[in-house]
Amino acid sequence: MPRKLPHKDVAIIGLGWTGSILANELTDAGLDVVAIERGPWRDTATDFAISYAQDELRYRIRHELFLRNSQISVTFRNNAGQTALPVRTWGAFMLGNGVGGAGVHWNAETWRFLPTDFMLKSHLTQRYGASFLPPDMTIQDWGIAWNDIEPYYDAFEYLCGTSGRAGNLDGNIQNGGNPFEGPRSRPYPTPPQKQGYGHTLFAEAAAKLGYKPFPQPSGNLSQAYTNPLGVTLAPCTYCGFCEWFGCANNSKASPQTTVLPVLLRKSNFEGRTECEVTRINLDNTGKRATGVSFVDASGEEYEQPADLVLLCAFSLFNVQLLLLSGIGTAYDPSTGQGQIGRNFTHQTMSSALGFFDKDKYNFNPFVASGAIGMCIDEFNGDNFDHGPLGFVGGGYIGQVQTNGRPIESTAVPPGTPAWGSKWKQAIKDNYLSTINSGGACHASMYAYRDNYLSLDPTYKDRFGRPLVRITIDFHDNEIKMSNFLTDKYAELLQAMGAKQIVKKPRKAPYDVTQYQTSHLNGGAIMGDNPGNSALNRYLQSWDVPNLFVMGASAFPQNAGYNPTGTVGALAFWAAKAIRSQYLKNPGPLVHA
Amino acid sequence: MPDDNRYFSALGRAALLGAALCGWPLAADAAGAIDKQDFDQVQRGHYLAIAGDCAACHTLPGSGHDFAGGRVIETPFGHLVAPNITPDPLTGIGAWTDDEFVDALTNGTGRHGDRLYPAMPYTYYTKMTRQDALAIRAYLNTVPAVHNAVKSDQLPFPLDMRISMAGWDALFFTPGAFKPDPAKSAQWNRGAYLTEGLGHCGMCHTPKNALGADDAGKTLQGYALQGWFAPDITNDPRRGIGSWSVDQIAAYLKNGQNGVIVGNGLMAETIHLSTSRMTDADVRAIAVYLKDRPGDAAKRQRQAEEQPPASDAAAAKAGAQIYADECSGCHAPDGKGVANLFPSLHGTPFVQQTDATNLIHVVLRGGLGVATKAAPTAPEMPAFAWVLDDDQVASLLTYIRGAWGNAAPSVTPGDVGKQRAALAERSD
Repeated sequence: MPRKLPHKDVAIIGLGWTGSILANELTDAGLDVVAIERGPWRDTATDFAISYAQDELRYRIRHELFLRNSQISVTFRNNAGQTALPVRTWGAFMLGNGVGGAGVHWNAETWRFLPTDFMLKSHLTQRYGASFLPPDMTIQDWGIAWNDIEPYYDAFEYLCGTSGRAGNLDGNIQNGGNPFEGPRSRPYPTPPQKQGYGHTLFAEAAAKLGYKPFPQPSGNLSQAYTNPLGVTLAPCTYCGFCEWFGCANNSKASPQTTVLPVLLRKSNFEGRTECEVTRINLDNTGKRATGVSFVDASGEEYEQPADLVLLCAFSLFNVQLLLLSGIGTAYDPSTGQGQIGRNFTHQTMSSALGFFDKDKYNFNPFVASGAIGMCIDEFNGDNFDHGPLGFVGGGYIGQVQTNGRPIESTAVPPGTPAWGSKWKQAIKDNYLSTINSGGACHASMYAYRDNYLSLDPTYKDRFGRPLVRITIDFHDNEIKMSNFLTDKYAELLQAMGAKQIVKKPRKAPYDVTQYQTSHLNGGAIMGDNPGNSALNRYLQSWDVPNLFVMGASAFPQNAGYNPTGTVGALAFWAAKAIRSQYLKNPGPLVHA
Repeated sequence: MPDDNRYFSALGRAALLGAALCGWPLAADAAGAIDKQDFDQVQRGHYLAIAGDCAACHTLPGSGHDFAGGRVIETPFGHLVAPNITPDPLTGIGAWTDDEFVDALTNGTGRHGDRLYPAMPYTYYTKMTRQDALAIRAYLNTVPAVHNAVKSDQLPFPLDMRISMAGWDALFFTPGAFKPDPAKSAQWNRGAYLTEGLGHCGMCHTPKNALGADDAGKTLQGYALQGWFAPDITNDPRRGIGSWSVDQIAAYLKNGQNGVIVGNGLMAETIHLSTSRMTDADVRAIAVYLKDRPGDAAKRQRQAEEQPPASDAAAAKAGAQIYADECSGCHAPDGKGVANLFPSLHGTPFVQQTDATNLIHVVLRGGLGVATKAAPTAPEMPAFAWVLDDDQVASLLTYIRGAWGNAAPSVTPGDVGKQRAALAERSD
């Protein structure tokens, strides 16, 4: 028999970015909140101290901050004709673990989506006609508009202290910023980061080609900053150990450096780590959550009753818990019916290597940060005419090289032997003079009928629960787009003065062993009616109104940006709706 | 730990009422009495209990029982355990008369005429007015009564004979209420009352003689205790608070940081429990008074002649490299740190105390800054004991104590080794 714990007003599943923000907002509203986190407690001085945080082998190669595959994994296949197999070491994406979640190990690129991204289907249909879209593409509108979400982007950026330059202030285009961004209500809280030589050279080349380069918005801060909660962050030291790593000097925005210091001191907040939620419990109507069940590190089972349940785990696991708890209807790709698992997307990343004359160029690539870089947005979203191109979607293009870490910064020109003295010499010759921007083309991945999440029929976790099964492949639209963007980036490398360029466009099939990004989206998407979405515009479950589901699982499809800015904005947006509407009158906030 | 103030709970009042009906003796009002049921007196007593930081010793951290005693007080002579001062009639002070309470607080006299040990700061509280003492009593009457028998005295023979304290008192205890200095401002006098009386700052910050009494000639010039060094807080420009403005001192006490340094160690607890909960006017008064404490002029003269430790140039050079690798990411290459987050090491008194205990402590064990309402960050410093050996810590600290215009004696590997061993014995 599980032990039944005293009732709480709110039970939060997962204490990453969204769990921390929601917990802080709802404890401010006077509610009694418990957050249940599967992984360990983590904090700067105790878990990524400066004397060992910059360890590429430990964190990058051996994945120390990530979920252990023995604790939980996922299964993968490219299409329904294949049998999915479990992922035994992370490859295409990294799944965070512990307090802070992926907010601990992210690069801190803090983007906003384009206004048209939120009404993608209607916008593209209006501009190009419905027949322009591939028939199996299942993109749709989000149910919110730019003016709805802008204040909450602002809230997240001011929480983080994001460093950047505004490109559109209240409709006025600003020099040096991104002219394509939606109108913002005020400038970034801190000025842009400094840029390295390679990043600067890219911006010069882009301007020469007629583009409008701008600094990438960064959660690695350009200067010290105290956020509206009173928490102070430090300036970044450009050590080049952001993605895969915790920040050792409080200069990367994370739950630990922005929210948790305030949250943890509240008497109406309780956090439980090393406790894995196994189920969201429903009453006998199936329309109301009564709380959650979880298991602690000793294997003890508990039931936590709560009035309101917030599902704040990583996107894949949000979907898994909904399916395991019998909330909503599982998606069936053969009929297109059912909402849980539908419209699963990732990202379409591509790049090119640029080899430069070592006697003329020294980029010092190790001086960098996770979100350093200069970008252009001419080829993102629908910022350009897709009519003649035969595809939709796009991405930002940038020199966003984040590091020169020793183990992986070994790019050498084609034809170099793979080992031995010539290989070593080639690394020496090229280390300082190569532009190796892994995320140079950071492009969208739109949704398709046959890309989805479901429960695996064979493989189970340590509790005997089915693993979540990923079925995903790249479609022609994304491959065409990737080729187009990669060519554009190669032109930029050429204009920078590269003597040799090696293009690396994204190729099908989707390869689960090759890292792209950790931006997995969809599966429990938001929308304007229960016939096309799992959640309403406030991220409230259509099926169980006292359940809200945060995170990128709510994205109907992915845009050509990193998702965290939008994930944070949606968390503040949902928090506002809960505080100002739901708590006054608990029930559906949108009537279907 | 919850941020809110200690509460006047309905439970506490109910307990008191229940006890009163059961007939335990609520003392008859004596001369100079106040109305202890009066809301204003209870409020005032609550504030005075904060300013006097009664909870520091009388509440066992994490016990959930305010003022129920049980916290071990380390003295150079052995351990004492703070008694239960809740209204419980058997194990607390519920049965005490007002006179007994005031006598204990201001005169060091136990309930049955025995002498208290001066770990109870009656040598400071003696400056308190009777009205203030009674207001504290009024407040303590409202906290929940907790039945918790504490054996306070765990000193070895012959110190366990309280009679031995009579001689100590004769030598070192000057009873008597605070006398304002008419030549000084009301603010200065309030600061003096709080610093020298209720706040008992010298308990930690004044050096002690061989018998554990304050060294009267060295008031507030710094004292080592419990693995830390309570620094010089006179107006000494290098080791004291001389380089800080009144605003900076007040900000440190109120917010736990002042743009230069973040409160940590034992002071973090004092800021959390006491000074951050005091009024702005009171922390400013303390600051004004401290700015008027001259410190040791002769020592300053010696300091002026002191040069950065050139004899340890080799150590300082090694230390500079360790600093660049391990420290500069937070404290910055110029040692100035980040305001409100990473303490400045650049000319700060914390770094230049004659006694390097605090520096060695935080390098070996790391540190946790205090969080206050105004400054909730609570920055942490990682521990380096596992990565730096005694030579390296000594080199690093010798470098820091001579860099950026700092001047303080070198730290030897022996100093570090001694403290490493001492810290290993500490459970806190």
